[in-house]
Amino acid sequence: MRFLLLFSRQGRLRLQKWYTAISEREKKKIIREMTTMVLARQPRTCNFLQWKDLKIVYKRYASLYFCLGVEHEENELLALEIIHRYVELLDKYFGNVCELDIIFNFEKAYFILDEFLMGGEIQETSKQIVNRAIESSDMLQEARVTASEKQILLEFGVN
Amino acid sequence: MSPSVPLQEMIRAIRSARTQCEERGVIQRECAAIRAQFRQTDNGGRSHNLAKLLYVHMLGYPAHFGQMECVRMIASPRYSEKRVGYLGAMMLLDEKQDASLLITNSIKNDLSHSNQYVQSLALCTLACMGSAEMCRDLAPEIDRLLRSSNSYIKKKAALCAVHIVRKVHDLGELFVPSARSLLSEKNHGVLHGAVVLITELCERSPETLERFRKTVPDLVQIMKGLVISGYSPDHDVAGVSDPFLQVRILRLLRILGRNNEAASDAMNDLLAQVATNTDSTKTVGNAVLYETVLTVLDIKSESGLRVLAVNILGRFLLNNDRNIRYIAMTSLQKIVSTDHNAVQRHRGTIVDCLKDQDASVKRRALELSLALVSASNIRSMMKELLIFLSSCPPELRAQAASGIFNAAERYAPSKRWHIDTILHVLTTAGGDVRDETVPNLIQLITNTSELHCYTVHKLYRALFTDISQQPLVQVACWCIGEYGDLLLKGECQETEAVQVTEDDVLDALEIVLQSHMSTPTTRGFALTATMKLSTRITDNVDRIRSIVSIYGSCIDVELQQRAVEYNALFKKYDHMRAAVLERMPVIQKNSLGQTNGELSEEPMKESQPGKVKQEETALPPQPAGQAQVVDLLDLLGGSQEPLQPGSSVGGSASTHLTAAPTSAGGDLLDLLGGFEPTPLAPAPTVTVYEKNGVTLTLSCEQQSESGLTVTLTASNSTDSDISGFTLQAAVPKSVQLQMRAPSRDSLPAHGGAKLTQLVVLNNPNKVNLKMRIRVSYTCQGSVVQDMVQVDSFPGL
Repeated sequence: MRFLLLFSRQGRLRLQKWYTAISEREKKKIIREMTTMVLARQPRTCNFLQWKDLKIVYKRYASLYFCLGVEHEENELLALEIIHRYVELLDKYFGNVCELDIIFNFEKAYFILDEFLMGGEIQETSKQIVNRAIESSDMLQEARVTASEKQILLEFGVN
Repeated sequence: MSPSVPLQEMIRAIRSARTQCEERGVIQRECAAIRAQFRQTDNGGRSHNLAKLLYVHMLGYPAHFGQMECVRMIASPRYSEKRVGYLGAMMLLDEKQDASLLITNSIKNDLSHSNQYVQSLALCTLACMGSAEMCRDLAPEIDRLLRSSNSYIKKKAALCAVHIVRKVHDLGELFVPSARSLLSEKNHGVLHGAVVLITELCERSPETLERFRKTVPDLVQIMKGLVISGYSPDHDVAGVSDPFLQVRILRLLRILGRNNEAASDAMNDLLAQVATNTDSTKTVGNAVLYETVLTVLDIKSESGLRVLAVNILGRFLLNNDRNIRYIAMTSLQKIVSTDHNAVQRHRGTIVDCLKDQDASVKRRALELSLALVSASNIRSMMKELLIFLSSCPPELRAQAASGIFNAAERYAPSKRWHIDTILHVLTTAGGDVRDETVPNLIQLITNTSELHCYTVHKLYRALFTDISQQPLVQVACWCIGEYGDLLLKGECQETEAVQVTEDDVLDALEIVLQSHMSTPTTRGFALTATMKLSTRITDNVDRIRSIVSIYGSCIDVELQQRAVEYNALFKKYDHMRAAVLERMPVIQKNSLGQTNGELSEEPMKESQPGKVKQEETALPPQPAGQAQVVDLLDLLGGSQEPLQPGSSVGGSASTHLTAAPTSAGGDLLDLLGGFEPTPLAPAPTVTVYEKNGVTLTLSCEQQSESGLTVTLTASNSTDSDISGFTLQAAVPKSVQLQMRAPSRDSLPAHGGAKLTQLVVLNNPNKVNLKMRIRVSYTCQGSVVQDMVQVDSFPGL
């Protein structure tokens, strides 16, 4: 996979993940082209497009478009499944996820993505394991915060 | 995890901005605050600040001042800060930034951290943005982690190794042993990572591929386990057990089985099993089936299995889901050349897909349909393709039109059918056909002499229905010009004849001449056709004469030139008019193969007064990279290239080898190239030939490192006009030569006008430049030919 983009129906970018090294300018260009191409598609048409040497797989969930740019040898139907799996993970985490969740908690959407995909490939095929990993990382983050807060309070002489 | 309140407040503030300008204001304020915060020492809110910056970055605003903060945060001991720091690194620090190297050490430390989640952050970041140097530095660490006992870390290390191998191919060797041992894992995540790693290693190096062939039995075993085993809640997706892993294993098997009999045999059973057992009601199952089909078709599978695979694709074609139909056609496209008959069985469904609403499906169906056309089904297929052409989306028209032409050319059952088909395409999609269609069609028409009558009638009728399709109008004009007498005869065997008078025909041509929709090229065709009719009709020659003289003062220079020459044909050379305008002979096929719009020059040259018949035939295109040598009958001695004599039109005794024609896109207006002011004053000229009152001068100008433009100027100081003046040039073998069209080809007496011709040379090897020029012209009725060699070029 070369990139993963999430954008709204108005073309506002909500998430971008790039798995190859390209310049900022090139990224912006690709984002523009993807949004124009995908938003121009009619409903109930094929979810696959040919763009330069890549296959573009996109799927619309409510008001968000998920758009993947995959290499030529990759399986497009499986790419659709990857998108679906990611949406399921987001749904489980946020509880009935909607676009606002992803806007206001974008960093968490990234953390979840990074537990599911790495370097453009799937790292874990089991939903439960991914969910558990995210939960544990979150707890770790909380624990550390609480510990450091405790430290600060101690320093100030408050018990 | 508790939400980051400062971040959410900022996001709310940005979203409530009503205009772009307001939003920019909010963001500028926020960025200033963030920058101030960055400069302060550690406070509890560092991760919030960086998160805010990342949001601003996602909106498209510059955020490079956050790069150093990322580096600092990564080095922080707090997990929350590390997490956001690494996220920032992945978003802001790609390998092109210098700051990315600074995090190498932090990553190295974190790879050996006691906490697996910290390790995972480091692994993820390295796999996402690791540069080649970072990969080289940290590869041994990754290899160590591949052997750890923690499966959470192992699976991530495997994918990190994949990234390293992609960046630095040589490091693949390092990971081969660990990759091999990972295949015996039970954990699906690790297994998946291992399969991806092995796939990557095998794709990079054929030796590694050989070594990993031995793993085929293990892979088969794993797959069998997945397909046969009962329901596993952890990995089940709609009834298919871990489809992600299955697809990856199938892909690896494909690579291992390609071109190898033994490996392909070992997987035959398994593939048959997967193909039959997988449930195809949901997308997941179809994804696995699709991968299986691709694998079967790519390895050396037995024929029964291949038939099974093609049948699955056939089933896909009938599926209601457009995605499935699309991928079925993509796969069929790949095998249409090898398993042609198998794909032919599904031709009906494919042709039906031409009528689908979806543009992607239509495109695939078009490509596949064109590939399936054969001698037996040409008539029915062409019917469908023509229907498609009339309703297809504009972006596919050109492709469809050229595909139809190719198919028609290869499998036309009869000439009449062929002509009909081409005419049909020209009427429906005339604007999208390629330039060489017109000369090709004309050549086809001249070749079928028995259908001249039929063709001209059809074209005459077509002209009245639609005058806007330029290629059609051009061909129609040409035909009316050539075969107008057949039209006027009023009888035709093949089709219903039209009863036209000479005036009607001339009216039609005049409409074309005057229509604002006609391009200059088309007008040229029409004018020449009008002229040709002067020998084929009896009553209205005066009308033709007046039309021709009107255009003698036309603004369009090309038309003006033609009209003036035709006028001359009426006045001074009336005795030659009949001979010049007689029926054209059959055009040889290869001579018109690759001209682009050059044919339009043919009728013009034909009507030139003068005995020297010139042909504007192009030399068959030489493969790129070969120097275009124009060797005038072995003049340069020792030439190895056998020359291709262009066919001569008319009764010329010797075969004239013309210089390469003008470059692609050379249309008639290119003749104006000769009118461009040649650099006279600054560039030194030298007289290279002077005889019998004809003078030829040469000047040259260096255009680039190896490029050179030579201008040849000829003038005539005798008492009589010179006509049919041509120049031909030859240069040493390694020099490339291109002659532009001359500005004119007649020299009036007493130096009335000069003739200029540009020659573009390319001398990449910087050899000693020589040129041999052959001059030939007609003066006072006799043909004169002469040759001159230029050894030194002025100004070089």
